[in-house]
Amino acid sequence: MSERDPDNKHPLEKLMDNPWLLLVLGVVIPTVSYTVWGWIELLALPPATLP
Amino acid sequence: MSIYNPPAGWFKAPAGVERLWVGLALTWCIIMSIAMPYWHFYGKQNPTGESYKVSVQEYGQRVAEFVKDNQVGDEGGIPIVEIPPGGDGYLLARMWSFYPIIKLKQGQTYRLHLSSSDLQHGFSLQPLNMNFQVLPGYDHVLTITPTSSGIFPIICNEFCGIGHHAMTGRIIVE
Amino acid sequence: MASAVESLPVSGNHQPSEVRTCETTSLPVCLTAQQFIRWHAVVAVVFLLIGGIGALLLGLTRWPAVHLLDAQWYYRILTLHGLNMLIFWILSFEIAVLYFAGTVLLNTRLASKKAAWACFVLMVVGGIMVDIAIMNGKSDVLMTSYVPLKASPDFYLGIILVAVGTLIGVINYLATIYIAKRDHTYEGAVPLVVFGATAAAIIAVVTVLHGAVVMIPTFLWSMGWIENVDPAWYRITWWGLGHMSQQVNVCAMVSIWYLLATLTVGAKPLNQAVCRTAFVLYILFINLASAHHLLVDPGVGPGWKIWNTSYAMYLAVLASIIHGFTVPASVEAGMRAKGFTRGLFGWLAAAPWSNPGFSGFFLSLIIFGFGGGITGVVLGTQQINIMAHNTLRIPGHFHVTVVGGTTLAFMALTYYVVPLIFQRDFYAKALCRIQPYVFGGGITLFALGMSFAGSYGVPRRHWDVEFTGSQLAMGFDSGAYTMLGVMGIGALVAVTGLFMFILLVVAAVFVGPKIAGQAMEPWHEERQAPADAAAVDEDEHHTPGTLVLAGVFLLTFAVYYFANWKWLSDVWEVR
Ligand SMILES: [Cu+2]
Repeated sequence: MSERDPDNKHPLEKLMDNPWLLLVLGVVIPTVSYTVWGWIELLALPPATLP
Repeated sequence: MSIYNPPAGWFKAPAGVERLWVGLALTWCIIMSIAMPYWHFYGKQNPTGESYKVSVQEYGQRVAEFVKDNQVGDEGGIPIVEIPPGGDGYLLARMWSFYPIIKLKQGQTYRLHLSSSDLQHGFSLQPLNMNFQVLPGYDHVLTITPTSSGIFPIICNEFCGIGHHAMTGRIIVE
Repeated sequence: MASAVESLPVSGNHQPSEVRTCETTSLPVCLTAQQFIRWHAVVAVVFLLIGGIGALLLGLTRWPAVHLLDAQWYYRILTLHGLNMLIFWILSFEIAVLYFAGTVLLNTRLASKKAAWACFVLMVVGGIMVDIAIMNGKSDVLMTSYVPLKASPDFYLGIILVAVGTLIGVINYLATIYIAKRDHTYEGAVPLVVFGATAAAIIAVVTVLHGAVVMIPTFLWSMGWIENVDPAWYRITWWGLGHMSQQVNVCAMVSIWYLLATLTVGAKPLNQAVCRTAFVLYILFINLASAHHLLVDPGVGPGWKIWNTSYAMYLAVLASIIHGFTVPASVEAGMRAKGFTRGLFGWLAAAPWSNPGFSGFFLSLIIFGFGGGITGVVLGTQQINIMAHNTLRIPGHFHVTVVGGTTLAFMALTYYVVPLIFQRDFYAKALCRIQPYVFGGGITLFALGMSFAGSYGVPRRHWDVEFTGSQLAMGFDSGAYTMLGVMGIGALVAVTGLFMFILLVVAAVFVGPKIAGQAMEPWHEERQAPADAAAVDEDEHHTPGTLVLAGVFLLTFAVYYFANWKWLSDVWEVR
């Protein structure tokens, strides 16, 4: 198995070997895409102009 | 064997039927990914969530004015109010009724506002089974076109306390 | 050298007095982890019992012919049922699964005994606090406790304690996989089951963070220290807790599928890179689907809704469809390698259906895939949700994911946890063998009745379909009543299966025959492959039976998906 140079790994395999990077991505992606974007939508909501 | 460390060289591209299956699954996911935006632009039923911030007091006043200006009848003490075609109507959800009764004409388009004066409620139009969320502090605007006529009960489908099961309202379409 | 990895004697990092070797699997069991796995499992079953009693009462109330509880008790028990089942039972069991996967499969000790204590105490105390707050009648707010509906402060505080306890348990797991790597207790990549458990742990971290962000201000508001919690903000943030916690279940369940497939039939995944990629897609994208609950809400616009509800263009659904293939394919490949090569489904017919570990696992896979998976994606389609939001279609969906899927998988695993970790044997094994069928059949019937009643417009979380006392009369089509009856019968069957499970497990754990020091009695006899079978299949990619099953699945999915678009086009126009 000497022919397998650890630096030659596919990026996806490297990602799978790195639970810490997965943890960071797993927290950041939904927090930004779902939560923070949702909060921004609420903040940007205009007041009603009731005729 | 899923409970042991995989032998070296486990990282490889899918082959055979597995490759075929990943391709089929990806195709299906792409079809579904296109369907929602497509319907958003070309379909006629879209919950766009058009909404505004509003205070409970302001909204309550607007409902009262709407009823005063447009009342056309009365049922058991609940006003029946007709929205002018193309105009704005205001429905108030509160513990435990929808106020007032709304009257519409088939084929006309209306802007129906929904808000609550107390808790969260659910606007559920039956028997069509069309459902929208109603929140205090938010003016939720549905631009609707009734395509059928008759009497359509509204029921509340968000829990709002002990009388929740008796919270109803009505839309009449002529 | 590569091929020797599986049998390489790696020493681990245990103190000799802190480890035993499993007589059945030869795996090293950390005794500290074993102790906490036992406790969390026992507590999990207690919460399951509380939730199960609730299930019985609720089923008998929403069945109009019975209508057992009054309105107040219906909502109270519904609050109790939701929290004990969806949060306490599931999270307690999941912590046990994490401790198992982290230590036993990586040949390491549990990172911190103190943290394990803290996790356990906080989860138990928090759960009891919440249950008391509900039963004393001051917290009839349902599981979601949507503001401005207000519960008593101890309700929110209890949930916060459970969340903090869970977070400590998850961090302990992550620390365990860290020290395993540091101490070189294993070689190469972690086992697939550990990888899936790590995915579950990561998703649990996001879940708990959202729980803290939403529950702390809400707790302060219930104390009167904060003026107001915005209802739309609450919904977005709470569903970060409420929906993401169910994605933890999905990951834990899929990991258990792989685990049980290995334990029961020696299944072999065709290509672990594919399975792991699917878990990576879960980690990255599955949590966007919290938007499923907000598709007909004010406050958030169509861009946010469509992007998030599609899990970033259905990448997490892709992952589920992949697992839905790779899991049965691993079973088929394993069975064919043993010589069960006859026809398309000879391998499936020859599977050990009398082994509750196998039947529970495979039923969970079928029920989750055909029932929960398909309905989840369809009801989570932004526009189709108009016809589903807050109707019984929603609990109809999640009772086949979380109950028919996750809970049934957990039950199936328990048939191995009791002999292997508690080192006790079951009584009444004939009952054990039929329990998964009773429970799986009951919950499927229940969810079918529920979903169809929901299609008639029957709301979820609603005490009286007769609308007694309302100002404007309302009633449902008689078909809705039939479906609610089906739901009620399904509830009775499922609850029967649930109580069977609890009785069998409690009897085994507390008074079952001790089997420490000996291998567990196998749940099934290894069958001999038919003599006339073709030669053992050497091509590991030859899984035609699975391809046919999966094709039927995709076809069912497409039919249901487009049928719903058709139904949608018949309702009023709305923007
Ligand atoms: Cu209501």
